[in-house]
Amino acid sequence: MSFPWAKQYEPKSGFTKWIDERLPLPRFVYGAVGAGYPVPRNLNYFWNFGVLAGAALAIQIVTGIVLAMHYAANGGVAFDSVEHIMRDVNGGWFLRYAHANGASMFFVVVYIHIFRGLFYGSYKAPREMIWLLGVVIFLLMMATAFMGYVLPWGQMSFWGAQVITGFFSAIPVVGDTIRIWLLGGYAPDDAALNRFFSLHYLLPFVIAAVIILHIWALHIPGSNNPTGVDVKGEQDTVPFHPYYTAKDGFGLGVFLFIFAALLFFAPNSLGHPDNYIPANALQTPAHIVPEWYFWPFYAILRAFTVDFIGIPAKLLGVLAMFGSILLLFFLPWLDSSPVRSANYRPLYRIFFWVLVADVLVLGWCGGSPATPLYVIISQISAAYYFAHFLIIIPIISRAERPTPLPNSITEAVLAKKGGTSPAHTALSGSAVPAE
Amino acid sequence: MASGNTLEVPRQDEPHHDGEPRRRDFLNIAAVAAAGVGGIAIVVPLINQMNPSADVLAQSTTDVDLSKIEAGQGIVTSFRKQPLFVRNLTPAEIAEADKVDIKTLRDPETLAQRTRGQKNWLITLGVCTHLGCIPQGITSGEDRGQFGGYFCPCHGSQYDTAARIRKGPAPKNLFVPEYKFTSPTTVTVG
Repeated sequence: MSFPWAKQYEPKSGFTKWIDERLPLPRFVYGAVGAGYPVPRNLNYFWNFGVLAGAALAIQIVTGIVLAMHYAANGGVAFDSVEHIMRDVNGGWFLRYAHANGASMFFVVVYIHIFRGLFYGSYKAPREMIWLLGVVIFLLMMATAFMGYVLPWGQMSFWGAQVITGFFSAIPVVGDTIRIWLLGGYAPDDAALNRFFSLHYLLPFVIAAVIILHIWALHIPGSNNPTGVDVKGEQDTVPFHPYYTAKDGFGLGVFLFIFAALLFFAPNSLGHPDNYIPANALQTPAHIVPEWYFWPFYAILRAFTVDFIGIPAKLLGVLAMFGSILLLFFLPWLDSSPVRSANYRPLYRIFFWVLVADVLVLGWCGGSPATPLYVIISQISAAYYFAHFLIIIPIISRAERPTPLPNSITEAVLAKKGGTSPAHTALSGSAVPAE
Repeated sequence: MASGNTLEVPRQDEPHHDGEPRRRDFLNIAAVAAAGVGGIAIVVPLINQMNPSADVLAQSTTDVDLSKIEAGQGIVTSFRKQPLFVRNLTPAEIAEADKVDIKTLRDPETLAQRTRGQKNWLITLGVCTHLGCIPQGITSGEDRGQFGGYFCPCHGSQYDTAARIRKGPAPKNLFVPEYKFTSPTTVTVG
């Protein structure tokens, strides 16, 4: 937001003055991510993850374009062309592993980014549109990641394509028609692989476009902060540059350090070994699982094993899985508490951590075989997931008594520094609220 | 007639028309409608190009030699790029399939309805009706599930000896394609 105290861009040289009068792009950048954008002074490291997600997207786009120069989207040669990248293309092994592990890193930072928003109430008024666009980005990311995983045409690629296009066959009446349209045939084959390649190339640019809207929407009210208290004056903010460009730069360094460790020392640790077996249309791997970042949703899908009120279990599972994400679109209106930050919401804070644990349990079930025990745990966890958003949040947002909020961001910061009142350890989620 | 356009306020510089639609309103509707039809005509081929192409649609048939499949054995072959299960049921498996009260089934069918005259030859697509994995159990030594037919590893669907869905998320029995016996030991599928 352009607070009244935001610094104004002043072109200094004759050239920048000439530019500014014709296409004020430097002015725009200065106001968006430069010294002309005031940001709350108390942001903790959880506010690094937006930039990290942007960096992860950039890594994926660059490595992806490069890989597409050597990849061939045809069932007969796709698998071999990936091995050709690994063995023959200069540094191809590095680029391929960077792209594959880059997807995992992308989802790691986005999941932390999402849970940051859930904890600090960043989805609440006036930031609903940022949240809605973020959910759109998340859906696009999942579609992109799915189609990318199909391209190597290994066993998991093929059977993932079979299963995920199968979701659409659950739709009554038109389901099979839609599935055949998606695949361009009756089973995954060249037609499907070819179009997935085209769409896997397209979607990241759509994501980039929605990210621009996401940032635009963010810059209307400005960033939320760990107290959830609005900016009251100049003393509550610092200019984005150099304060947060430096902090984000440090966070980016840590991110790249971890990414490099994964990439160079354990590049296959997050993948599935069966995808090193070429696709075989006549054999499903015994333990087929999706990529780890889909596990929680996969667990919800297969938690539905019996028909209910005339709806087949298959359709119920698919509806629940998509519903578990589409539900997030309604979150700003399900949570009616005027207090944003969970630091001042003792009851919400407990259920937030239960939700985190619940999603981890769902992920663990989704990565395990569909034995009766795991199915029962998935059913309980899936039920809790929906209960959290549809029942618990609406109730506690009305019943809960929040602890007193600080009068301003600066007051909260000084209280923490001076130690005169109980500290707001906003860095860890388990903050002790002020008396 | 309620024309739904927003230009109903009479303008001073035009002849009064008593709220009746003007001929110019019709021109607006006609122009927008023509543009709409044009837009749809462009979108249809852009969507339709993703439907199966002519070479995919070119139908084929598959001949299966049954002579080497003994009772209790099954084979997997390929039919239109999808796995096809051909199983020679044992008398015990036939008896077990016939014993089931079909009213209790999710997708009620008798074994006789699922075969073509010879109840021991069970020919189905090997595609789980849930999300399309190949169920286990056609090859000896694989898990056949608790109903003695097929077990889908993806989401735990269980099929009985007539390949009927008995448990798990799948909605239908394994699909029985069109086929006929061309000789006592050969079937033509498709």
